[in-house]
This record gives sequence, structure tokens and C-alpha cells, in this order.
Amino acid sequence: MLFYAIQRIGLSILILFTSMVMLFTALKLIPGDPATIMLGSRASPAMRARITEQLGLNDSVVVQLGTFFGKLLRGDLGTDMWSQRPVSQMVMESLPYTLVLIAAGLGWAVLIGVPLGCYSAVRRNSVLDRITGVLSVATISIPSFVVAIYLILLFSIQLGWLPIIGAGDSGNWKDQAIHLLMPAFALGLGWVGYLARIVRASMLEVMGENHIRTARAHGLPEFQIIKSYALRIAILPTITLLAVAVGGLLSSAVFIEAIFARPGIGKLIVDAASMRNFPVVQGGVLTTVFLFAITMPIADLLVAWLDPRVRANL
Amino acid sequence: MTPVCAQISEKPWSEPGVASATLRRLRRDPMGSIGLVLVLLILFCGIFSSWITPFDPLKINVPDRFHSPSLVHWMGTDNLGRDVFSRVIAGSRIALSVGITTIATALALGLVLGLAAGYGPRWLDNVLMLVSDSIYSFPTVMLALTVVTLLGASISTLMFVVIVIQTPAYARLTRTATLTIKSSEYVQAIESLGASKLRIIIVHLLPNVVGPLLIIASMDIPSVVALEAGLTYLGMGIPPPAPSWGRILQEGFGQIRTAPWIVIAGGIPLIITTLGFTFLGEALRDNLDPKLRHVV
Repeated sequence: MLFYAIQRIGLSILILFTSMVMLFTALKLIPGDPATIMLGSRASPAMRARITEQLGLNDSVVVQLGTFFGKLLRGDLGTDMWSQRPVSQMVMESLPYTLVLIAAGLGWAVLIGVPLGCYSAVRRNSVLDRITGVLSVATISIPSFVVAIYLILLFSIQLGWLPIIGAGDSGNWKDQAIHLLMPAFALGLGWVGYLARIVRASMLEVMGENHIRTARAHGLPEFQIIKSYALRIAILPTITLLAVAVGGLLSSAVFIEAIFARPGIGKLIVDAASMRNFPVVQGGVLTTVFLFAITMPIADLLVAWLDPRVRANL
Repeated sequence: MTPVCAQISEKPWSEPGVASATLRRLRRDPMGSIGLVLVLLILFCGIFSSWITPFDPLKINVPDRFHSPSLVHWMGTDNLGRDVFSRVIAGSRIALSVGITTIATALALGLVLGLAAGYGPRWLDNVLMLVSDSIYSFPTVMLALTVVTLLGASISTLMFVVIVIQTPAYARLTRTATLTIKSSEYVQAIESLGASKLRIIIVHLLPNVVGPLLIIASMDIPSVVALEAGLTYLGMGIPPPAPSWGRILQEGFGQIRTAPWIVIAGGIPLIITTLGFTFLGEALRDNLDPKLRHVV
């Protein structure tokens, strides 16, 4: 187990390192002078020189790479060119909004999707199973930003029930929860069907295994078999899937946050990207890559720890 | 029962009989049929958009602004008096051309890289896989926003981003298939008979790899279309005045209180495209997978 953990974490660090180098070299590979690109062609030479100095573009590439990683290890993501604020501070301010959004979106998807998948597997070919089958394919494919816009049209414009903009007053959790309803629904909708499908497929597989037959032969109640023996194993692929989901959700959150004007990391990056403010984009993207990169090994290790069959083979 | 590999070798996917049998089976599958109809509808709109748009999608006609849907303007008009229905139809050409061109390019690149990784030296395999894993570690939209920040929003930037994102996926699939086929007995037999690597790749590997890959790629088209619309919505995709669906949504969102029909019209083609390709892709996959075929 320990060897597997070290191997898995080592691979993640290597991937993380490569993606950081890619992000760093991206700025070097573009044709033209980065300072001109960020400031526009009308910028004065003095301004260009200041930005070049600020980004450390005068040093050699090796020195720049060293400085880049040195700063990263100290948690320094650079400085915003316009407001002169540390990027790490801006990221930390916006990150909680995104994390809450993702947790809420994924949370409701799990709460509905997992039982639905379970039910579909146990009552195979029932009406609900067929409806779930069609709806899951349908909801997976509809882009979350279209769902978000249609929700706004229905619940905010037509019915006037829910607020559109912002994340609610800070400190007022009720207001924040109300502001979270539509974004979380739009973000999680696609995953409800997807989770239901995966849980259904993996439940069907597990239900045919020997240990379930043995449990049945011992006369255990069906509910207990499903809960204690089948779902415990069938849920494992879902955990891996949830880790992959984090990447997809971080992407969708960008659109959702832009539409609902939620001050999360997605909106931070979009706003910075529209002004071609590279340090903020770089810092924000690095943070999301880091988040995504640590989720995968955590999920793998969790699966290995939860599944006695995997644990035995390690 | 015949083993699975024997079934595959009896009937390669490219044989004409398989195509017509698949089509027959597709017709019996309600979801597959709906998917096929929707995809054909979108393809028709994309190909013949210049002929079937009732108005010029770019023509500004301010006196006619904010007309609600009527017999003349089926989906109403927007804030500049442009016919929304014509813009939606013209948008299908943009969506399809971006989707199909980028996926085809990524597919070609992925095939070459995957074959190189599977058939080439070990170090090349390791390097390619590390790079592809690293690209995977970026949430898609984040990678897109980074590139757009550096290169500026344009249709070529958008296509570049999609190709960068999709190529590793196809390279990976090709690599896995290559490694499996490479170690199979029939390839070893041909190798021992003295066939060149190039011949093995072109005559024996490619036909086995391309079929399944094409289905997977066609299922990726809706996500590329959605990404294009999403980025254009954010102002990071196709610049105005091109009537991308994302642009229609973005302009409509600004007028959502006065002219809600614009966002409704902008969202519908995206839903049709994603549903159509997903339903069709699912049905095709179920039909062409020999294991599933016999279960059904």
C-alpha cells in the first residue's frame, strides 16, 4: 500500500511539474513581445519596460524558470499587473466560492444519481430505469451554460423567485444558499445522469458476483445485500469518476460563474483573460491544475483503501 | 459460440454488409433513430445554410428590432433587427465547420502520434504519454483561456486549442490499440515473414484502429461545439459579427428581459446538436460492439 501510494503521488508530482513547465513555456513560445501583447500596441516604451522588468523577462530562460518554481514553492503566484495585488491573495479570495459551488453541484448529483442508479440496477427494465436511461444520456450532453440561462429565464425572469447575480451577502448564509441554488443545479445536472449510469452498470456487474450469491444463499434480506455487499463495491468506480468530474466541473464552473456573476476563480480567470492579464490567468489556472492533480491520487488511494480486493493485490 | 476475435475478423467494420446491417439495427433503436434524424437535420442546415436562411443573418435593420416570433420572423429579431432564425441556421455552419475540422485534424495527428508511441522506441512512448497526461491535467476551459490570453480570441486560436485538447485522447486510444494488435499472433507471423513496419501499420493496424476511433471522434463533436459556443459566449471564441450560437446566447442574455426569445433560440440548436450526436454515437457504439451486439 505504501509503495503504491508513493508511486501514485510521485506520478502526480511529475505530471504537475510538466504542466507547470508547459504553462511557463507558453509565454515564451508565443510570437512577439509578451509586454506588447498584454499592454496593446499603443503602450509607451517605458510601460513596456516596466512590465518586462516585472515579469522578469530580461533574465535568461533558465533563471526565469528557477525563479518561477522558487516562487511557486513559497506560494507566490506573482503580482497582478494592474492592481499590483499578489495573485495568490486574489485566488484565495475567489477559491472558496468555486469550491462551494462544485461541492454543492457534485453533492446533489451524488444524492440523486447514486440511489437512482441503484434502483435502476435492482429494478432493471422498470419504467423508472428506462426513463433514467434516456434522461441520463440527454442530460449528460446538454451544456451546463445553456441549462443555466434557461433556469434564469424561468425562475428569475418569468417567475421572479430566485436572484440572478452574485453569491449573496457575506455572513448571511441563507442569502448565499439561495444564490447557490440555480448555479449548483445547472452545474450538477449532467452528472446526475452520468453517475446513475455508472452506478447502474457497476451494480449489475457486482450483483452477478459469487459473494452476492453466497449472501442470498444465506437468506439475507435483499435490502441488506444491496446496501452492505453490492453497493459497497459498486460505488468504487464512482469515486474514481468523481475525481475526473472535478476537472469537468472546474471547466463548467467558468461558464456558470460568468453567467451568474459569482466571484469565483472561474470568473477571476475570465475577467483577467479578457484583459490579457497573463499573471492572474497563469496563477488561477495553476491553482485549478493543482486542485485537479491532487484529486486524482486521493481518489485512487481511497479506492485502493476501500476495496479489499485491490488492497490485497498491492 | 464463436470467440469475439473470430467475429471481428469474419466481418471487418469497413465491409459494406456491416454498414447496412448497422443502419437497419439503428432504425429499430428509437434513440438511435432520433439521433440520426437530429444529426441529419443539423448537417442539412450546416451544408445548405446559405440557401435556406430566409434573411441575411448579418444584415442590420434597426427599425425591425425586437420583433417577437411571428410568421415572418420565426424566432423574432434581435437588438439590431437581425432575423434570429437565419442567424441560428447560419450558426450551424460555423459550429459544424469548427467541430468537424478540428476533430478531423486531431484524429489524424492522434493516429500518427499513437502509432509512433505504440510502434516506436520506448522513450518516445514515455515522453508522449507524459505530455498527454500533462495536457489532461488542465481543466479544458482553463487551458483554452490560457491560450486565448496569449494568442488573442480568434477562430484559429479556438481551433488550435481544440486540437491541442483532443489530440492526446486519440493518441492514447491509438496507442492502446496498437500495443494490443502489435503483440497479436497474426502480426508476429507477418513480421516473421519479413513484412516491413510501414506495411504492417498501413495494411494491418490502421483498418483495425480507425473504425472504433471514428465513432469516438464523432461523439466528441458535440463537446467541441459546446466548447466553441461557451468560449464565444465569454467573448473568447469567434469574434463578432459571425452568428455563432454562443454569440446569439451572449447577445440574447443582455436582452433577456425585453427579448427572451433570443436566448431560447440560441440554446435550442446546441441542445439539438448535443442530443443528436450523443444519441447516435451511443446507438452506434452499442451496435458495433460485438460483445454488446450479442447481449442485445
